[in-house]
Amino acid sequence: MDVSMTINGSARTDTIEPRLLLVHYLREVAGLTGTNIGCDTSSCGACTVLVDGESVKSCTMLAAQADGADITTIEGLADGDRMHPVQEAFREHHGLQCGYCTPGMVLAAVSLLSEIPDPTEAQVREGLEGNLCRCTGYHNIVKAVLAAAKAPAGAGSAGAGARS
Amino acid sequence: MIGSRLRRREDPALLTGEARFVADLNVPGALHLAFVRSTAPHARITNIDLSAATAMPGVVAAYTGAELKDDWAPLPCAWPVTADMKSPPHLPLAVGKANHVGDALAVVVATSEYLARDAADAVVVDYEPLPAVVDIEDAVTDRVVVHEDLGTNVSYVWELTPDKDAVDTAFAGAAHTVSERYVQQRLIPAAMEPRGVVVVPQPFGGDYTVYSATQIPHILKVMLALTAGIDETRLRVIAPSVGGGFGSKLNVYAEEVVALALARKLRQPVRWVEERTEAAQATIQGRGQVQYIELAADAGGRVTAVRVRLVADMGAYLQLVTPGVPLLGGFLYSGVYDVPAYSFTCTSVFTNKTPTDAYRGAGRPEATYAIERAMDALAAEVGVDPAEIRRRNFITPDRFPYSSAAGLVYDSGNFGGALDSSLSLVGYEELRAEQAARRERGDRVQLGIGLSSYFEMCGLAPSRVLASLNYSAGGWEAATVRVLPTGKVQVVTGTSPHGQGHETSWSMIVADRLGISPDDVDVLHSDTAMAPYGMDTYGSRSLSVGGTAVYLATERVLDKARKLAAHQLEVAEEDLEYASGSFSVRGTPEKGVPLAGLAFEAFTAHNLPEGMEPNLEASTHWDPPNFTFPFGTHIAVVLVDTETGGVRLARYVATDDCGNQINPLIVEGQVHGGIVQGVAQALWEEAVYDEDGNLQSASLLDYLVPSAAEVPSFETACTVTPSPTNPLGVKGVGEAGTIGAAPAVMNAVVDALSPYGIRDITMPASPERVWRALTAAAGGSTSTEARP
Repeated sequence: MDVSMTINGSARTDTIEPRLLLVHYLREVAGLTGTNIGCDTSSCGACTVLVDGESVKSCTMLAAQADGADITTIEGLADGDRMHPVQEAFREHHGLQCGYCTPGMVLAAVSLLSEIPDPTEAQVREGLEGNLCRCTGYHNIVKAVLAAAKAPAGAGSAGAGARS
Repeated sequence: MIGSRLRRREDPALLTGEARFVADLNVPGALHLAFVRSTAPHARITNIDLSAATAMPGVVAAYTGAELKDDWAPLPCAWPVTADMKSPPHLPLAVGKANHVGDALAVVVATSEYLARDAADAVVVDYEPLPAVVDIEDAVTDRVVVHEDLGTNVSYVWELTPDKDAVDTAFAGAAHTVSERYVQQRLIPAAMEPRGVVVVPQPFGGDYTVYSATQIPHILKVMLALTAGIDETRLRVIAPSVGGGFGSKLNVYAEEVVALALARKLRQPVRWVEERTEAAQATIQGRGQVQYIELAADAGGRVTAVRVRLVADMGAYLQLVTPGVPLLGGFLYSGVYDVPAYSFTCTSVFTNKTPTDAYRGAGRPEATYAIERAMDALAAEVGVDPAEIRRRNFITPDRFPYSSAAGLVYDSGNFGGALDSSLSLVGYEELRAEQAARRERGDRVQLGIGLSSYFEMCGLAPSRVLASLNYSAGGWEAATVRVLPTGKVQVVTGTSPHGQGHETSWSMIVADRLGISPDDVDVLHSDTAMAPYGMDTYGSRSLSVGGTAVYLATERVLDKARKLAAHQLEVAEEDLEYASGSFSVRGTPEKGVPLAGLAFEAFTAHNLPEGMEPNLEASTHWDPPNFTFPFGTHIAVVLVDTETGGVRLARYVATDDCGNQINPLIVEGQVHGGIVQGVAQALWEEAVYDEDGNLQSASLLDYLVPSAAEVPSFETACTVTPSPTNPLGVKGVGEAGTIGAAPAVMNAVVDALSPYGIRDITMPASPERVWRALTAAAGGSTSTEARP
């Protein structure tokens, strides 16, 4: 079957097996491997992407169900070489260690902040409940999300690869 | 530079999806593997029918273990802890008999992952079920034996009792004794990235490149050479970005050997990526011990002897360091206390469960749990506050280096300082007052405060000590530092980070010593072609052993640069000063030469001192003279709902001392993550097996890795007591949080329940277990889970 969707601003159409999960479509057909897989039960949230602006675990839907959707993966979050404020806050506050949960966690946080622009710590913790991290103990992730909420719009740093 | 909160250089690639984990590697033409695994805990395999699978579309081949038995040797165990240790052959694909759920029995090779898994499901295995050995104390009796050829379930008995008479005398004359039994439940490491391996063969050249989600590319290369029978020089092992390990990727796994053997056999690239259920069944598990600990104490509560008897669960086979894990804790059951007499015995047994091995802390969390829980029991016995019983027994700062009764020499410590820091941070007196008020008014929600003054043995390890413990390798680490012709610095390390930020920290160590920007220091790692020597990353060893190697190699480069500078400036070496990346002549600061300029001179080699080799490069292989001993005091504050049994972690305070800190941002991150893993053992996580040996918690739906919603933010502090055993004065911090946390939380839970006469809850302290204990204490139906 054919599916068409817009991924990170680019429209594409592919012929796929009907049972193909969205996450496998993104990784293997679209070649966007920034979206990671951490479980088989929709428990861990590592594969979280934005579907029409809302966070979705991309293992919970078929690629066919995303036909016509506008998808944002971690590869599409930065504005050119300027990281998104949430990405920047994760770096500033050491909200990642091994980085495997990070793409999903960042996109879940982006979605959370679009719904609740100025959350309390409890709201951040509840809001990220569907995304597991084994390294950080969440302390610095929560700190980063609260800091991103306070950051002025478009405050990401120039040069994603800049070392400072 | 050292001590600054430099943001990590690893982060941009990880934050933007640029980083490549093993499952992200796109190798054209790669075939996909799927494993057929035993669904029976213990069974004879009477037949494996591959015919339906091989007839399916996209299937290239399928094999049983019997068909491949000449393609490999059994998987390695590198730690034969005793001369008579029993170890059954552990074949990458089992032949004739399955010994745990998840034991690999056959492998299917197909052109896609989906097709490989479809075909694996079509393989028909005939089982003849056997009774399973599940309970480890039952295993000791040999009522049922896992490996009939061994004739017993006992793999080994290991004893450390330097002076039995002293222990017996102390117990005979004790004013107080406590005798406790604790259960260390099995844990599933659950790194967020499952394992995976990709093997790319070059059949005519004879070379194999192995990409694996591993903590140990160097050790893996040696072991794959020996196990698969491939010349070590033909193997290159690369650990790409690795998504956490916690010990679970410190191993040589069946799937790595199978992938290599099939790439050789089929002359095509192969790949395998683990499913989460496979991670639960076929990746090692942690802990799995029953601990009997006895303390003898004088009338003032000063401990005079510690006696420990341990039963440890090896699982169905011995993996890479499985038998050594209890020994890593075996020296530490006297904790941070001045205990003159010591006895430890470990009986390790096989069961029909997934093999155990090193999981964050590896033996040390278990030891710390036992002594810290027992110290609270002693405080109750003597009738003093838990903080006071610890103070009376601490090894005081003037006693270092301290020779323990178990035979270790502790490097440095200030245990009272860490305790005072945490008591002050948590507001101990006020909390005790609140606790008293809740008890007084019979509040439904009771408050518990739990202390844990932990320490650990890290910096694994002095090679001669490893030799005395029968470990089959050394504990050194290698480093090379080179100043390139353009003045940029390249560091090659034998450590293999998977979240620890070695690139950032190692660049800071070098930049600090050379007086240059860390941006000018690149760090190469995790590829055996780039870094031929290494002992990899585990046991909180990387900074104190690997970081020290990097520091010493930097010193050597600087020594060579100084000789070259003296030659160029025509002065004596003693007349040179080095600062901010340049040598200058003492008293004549305008006369100098930058390191970058010297690197270029060394590269052109046009004008070198007689006998000096070209290029500014130096290597070291550092073998530490001793372990390092980080320590601290953690305090957990819990609220226990006495009607539902629900436990909420309300606050968590930690003071940690890991010696000098290179980057406090990274240190704090390690502490935070470690704490949650320890808290999770106390409150949520358990690999649950039913009585027949079936793993009931084989997914993240059933195995309760906590989310952000279950834990609070932490209140942390540090003290700094440098280690005298390495020039950086560092100790290591990768496991500290996990070691400190479980006893702090369980002491808090028991503290909250102590008015009800409850002295122990088996971990994890689930609402059901707490509720059953409370119900039994109130004279309700008795509970088998708790001991009032």
